[in-house]
Amino acid sequence: MESERPVASRAEGTTTKADLVEEVARAAELTKKQAETVVDSVFSGIISSLRSGQKIELRGFGSFKLRLRGARVARNPKKSGVKVLVPPKKVPYFKPGKRLKELINEAEPSGPGSDSP
Amino acid sequence: MIKNDLVNRVADETGVPRAQAARAVETIIDVMRQSLTRGSRIELRGFGVFLVKRRKRGIGRNPKRPDEQVEIPPGFTIRFKPGKELRDLEAPGAGTPPAEGAPEGTQSLPVPGARA
Repeated sequence: MESERPVASRAEGTTTKADLVEEVARAAELTKKQAETVVDSVFSGIISSLRSGQKIELRGFGSFKLRLRGARVARNPKKSGVKVLVPPKKVPYFKPGKRLKELINEAEPSGPGSDSP
Repeated sequence: MIKNDLVNRVADETGVPRAQAARAVETIIDVMRQSLTRGSRIELRGFGVFLVKRRKRGIGRNPKRPDEQVEIPPGFTIRFKPGKELRDLEAPGAGTPPAEGAPEGTQSLPVPGARA
């Protein structure tokens, strides 16, 4: 069962679903398979919440909302920049929570120790 | 929807006991937070990518007093790039979005990069 599948082309320092599944399995005492179902369910839950127009707030992490992006003129990159009118649409937006903002600014990513306030 | 609702949903959908579902959601948030704190990105196929980006010092303005400049300190922010499943939110049949939409006159023109 525990096949050490090499995670294909996993960039260094990138967290993927596989990592989440592993941690969830351990922390919630679930099999890998159950953990994977749970992780999938979490993200599809967020998607369907947004799809129904409802924002989702995860305390300590952040919130996902829909923002309306107005109509704009864009260029088709494939057709040497032909202008196209893009109709307005709703785009998902993630707003980091207070705690998360503090965390990423305390511990300098990729930097050494965090002596800063 | 808040964490609790998500936990209930996950428990219902997967049949995993609620306590474990809660632990799972908590763990996911934790791992993601740790990852971003380290400065590593999170890539979730279909859902999206979270990146930590450096923000330079900038000059912002208080929207209530536009003639006053406010300094925005340098630091890090998180950018979330929605994945395919999140970009197709307004796909037909997937819960009708309220009101807004393309105005009637606008023929649906090809949206660059929307679909491969």
